[in-house]
Amino acid sequence: MSQPAEEHAHAHDDHGHDHDHGDTGAHGHHEDGFIKKYLWSVDHKMIAKQYLFTGMAMGLIGGFFSYAFRMQMAYPGHNVPGFGVVSPNEYNQLITNHGTIMIFWLAMPVLIAAFGNFLIPLMLGCDDMVFPRINRLSYQIFLLSAIVLIASWFVPGGGFGGAWTAYPPLSAKSQYNLTPLGSTMWVIAVALEFVAFLLGGINFVTTAMNSRAPGMKMFDIPMVVWMIVIASILFMASVGPLVAGAVMLVFDQQLGTGFFDPVRGGDPILWQHLFWFFGHPEVYVVLLPAVGIVAEIITVFSRKKLFAYKTVLYTAFGTAVLSFFVWAHHQFIAGIDPRMANVFTATTVLISIPIAEMMFVYVATLYGGSITLTTPMLWALGFIGEFIIGGVTGIFLGSSGSDIYFHDTYFVLAHFHYTFVPIAVIAVFAATTYWFPKMFGTMMNETLGKIHFWGTVIPFNGIFIPLFITGMGGDHRRIYNYANFPEQWTPHLIQMREFATVSLLVLIAFQGIFFINFFYSMFKGKPAGNNPWNANTLEWQTVSPPPHGNFAELPNCYRGPYEYSVPGREEDFWPQNEVG
Amino acid sequence: MSENILTFPRRLPRQQVAPNAVIGVLIFIATEIMMFAGFVSAFTITRAAYNTWPPIGQPRLPAGATLINTSALIASGIMMHFAARAWQRDPALARRPTLIALVLGLFFVCFQGAEWVRLIHEGLTLTSSNHGAFFYLIIGMHGLHASAAILALGIVYLKMAGRGVSEPAFRATRFFWYFVVAVWPVLYLRVYL
Repeated sequence: MSQPAEEHAHAHDDHGHDHDHGDTGAHGHHEDGFIKKYLWSVDHKMIAKQYLFTGMAMGLIGGFFSYAFRMQMAYPGHNVPGFGVVSPNEYNQLITNHGTIMIFWLAMPVLIAAFGNFLIPLMLGCDDMVFPRINRLSYQIFLLSAIVLIASWFVPGGGFGGAWTAYPPLSAKSQYNLTPLGSTMWVIAVALEFVAFLLGGINFVTTAMNSRAPGMKMFDIPMVVWMIVIASILFMASVGPLVAGAVMLVFDQQLGTGFFDPVRGGDPILWQHLFWFFGHPEVYVVLLPAVGIVAEIITVFSRKKLFAYKTVLYTAFGTAVLSFFVWAHHQFIAGIDPRMANVFTATTVLISIPIAEMMFVYVATLYGGSITLTTPMLWALGFIGEFIIGGVTGIFLGSSGSDIYFHDTYFVLAHFHYTFVPIAVIAVFAATTYWFPKMFGTMMNETLGKIHFWGTVIPFNGIFIPLFITGMGGDHRRIYNYANFPEQWTPHLIQMREFATVSLLVLIAFQGIFFINFFYSMFKGKPAGNNPWNANTLEWQTVSPPPHGNFAELPNCYRGPYEYSVPGREEDFWPQNEVG
Repeated sequence: MSENILTFPRRLPRQQVAPNAVIGVLIFIATEIMMFAGFVSAFTITRAAYNTWPPIGQPRLPAGATLINTSALIASGIMMHFAARAWQRDPALARRPTLIALVLGLFFVCFQGAEWVRLIHEGLTLTSSNHGAFFYLIIGMHGLHASAAILALGIVYLKMAGRGVSEPAFRATRFFWYFVVAVWPVLYLRVYL
């Protein structure tokens, strides 16, 4: 089967970016210099790694912040080793930037940008993204946004401390937030990051529409690609109003307008609407790729076809549409009309149905499969188990009646950490351990991987189950020191806070094992071969790590991605590009 | 089921839904529409809280003069449509209507600028009231898009005069210009009237 020479060019388009080819060296016959290879690359795999490592570095910073403020929670006023005494201002800055980093600089770049970039061209069987140079620009803007955020901590007044939701008037007026520069830099950093993901999202959607391997029909696309594409569409459709709000917020901060100032005819609740119109779909923007990653891993390690592929796909679209109609459940006590609260209670409870359905689909996929408990599989199963806790506790918060009691307590905090940690940590570890052989060409150590899994998941529950209890006990969020609140300074609640903090320390300590495993395996791990997990999808049908241009011969696609254990075949897997 | 899949005789061509540049710019336009929707709904909500609009002591916007300007912009959009039809006969024929659209667009932006200068003298500034703030924010955001689109049109026009421009690039620029033209009447009706 010979490969027509022009086939390579089909992934790209010969419009205004036609000189991309000379630049990319997409045909991969020459060795690039260090800068061109690692810093200025247009190769989607290198950009994916850039996103992955930047995201991991930012995640470490975010983790360090959580360590500092959790120590302050458990032992208020004490010296925090490695940080010093946490002042009230610093406490606010720590929690704000912890939230911002974990969502915008860890979950989004790693789940969508890193794995989207790495997987979409490989899984679709093409040589690169359709706009490689826009892809490079996307990472550069993302890096700039991270630098602006980090710089905002060192300007006079320090970093922004008005919570990651940035409600005005606290965020709009420097006499309240005391960070005249930091708050504006924070908004600019977030806006730059949105530009980066807008460029990335355009690339992902266009690539998935135009560059699929010949023969790959709609329902032959691996679920994770679908999910990243749906998430990108969701992100791009919801981000506009927030950008509008962000521009208005910067005007209020720096130019003296009064968009959100009630004294001057503005409306602070307006910001909450603009923010949460984006903010709630954003939850699904990061959830859907995680769900897709889990789908890939569960099918491979239970050697079964994904149960109800089309249903999952339609459900994902349904979730995406529905997620635009739930945002005001963040505002039940913000002074919105109770009749509106009823509507949003109904839509919020509705949206738990599609997510529950996806979880049932995974259980149905596992049922009767020949399950291998490898490290990625453990992470994927851990995702399902932990995410269900997050989903079930969300129902109490989505109902406006009980939310009036729970609002802004640690119950809310524990709930969304039970959704975001499975997404941004557990699913990311699942994906990293699963695709590591393809990314770096070597296997990770299974024993260390399993120790790391248990050392992460058990302390994770140890952190947040006590916080559910303190939340129900009345612990309000964003309190600097509970010793000032005698009714919250009881031995029982103090022990809960200390237990959560100690669990966090254990969790952080176990991450060391991951980094040892990661970097040791990268250089010294045993070679992985092309397809160590016997998977069907196209990225496993090329060498590990794939060269520039990905495939020696661009593949055809003959079947869906989940044809495992097909009766009458010798092997229990059937690669998508295999003719017979 | 597997049997009929195996009857793929040989490599099929990769099928493109539409040229990459066109899809990319359409997605970008969708995002932009959502951003303008955010601005317009924020404006609508804020305005609804006032008894009189414009607020007392603030000048009215020049709705009549802007109507002339609006027709110039719409004419420019129609010109781009003619350019597209001319392209189908011969790409070289598309140059003149593109230039006319470009000049009309420039007229629109300059006219807007002159109006802004006048309004600032009449006491409508960014900080004088929410009326002024929203006016300069929304109309300024549109002007920014119009300027960027004019720049793109200018590059396309120069390329047409030089070594030529590809059809998808021309179409993508055209679509972005249509967006700038089409979003304007909405803003005019909401903000000026």
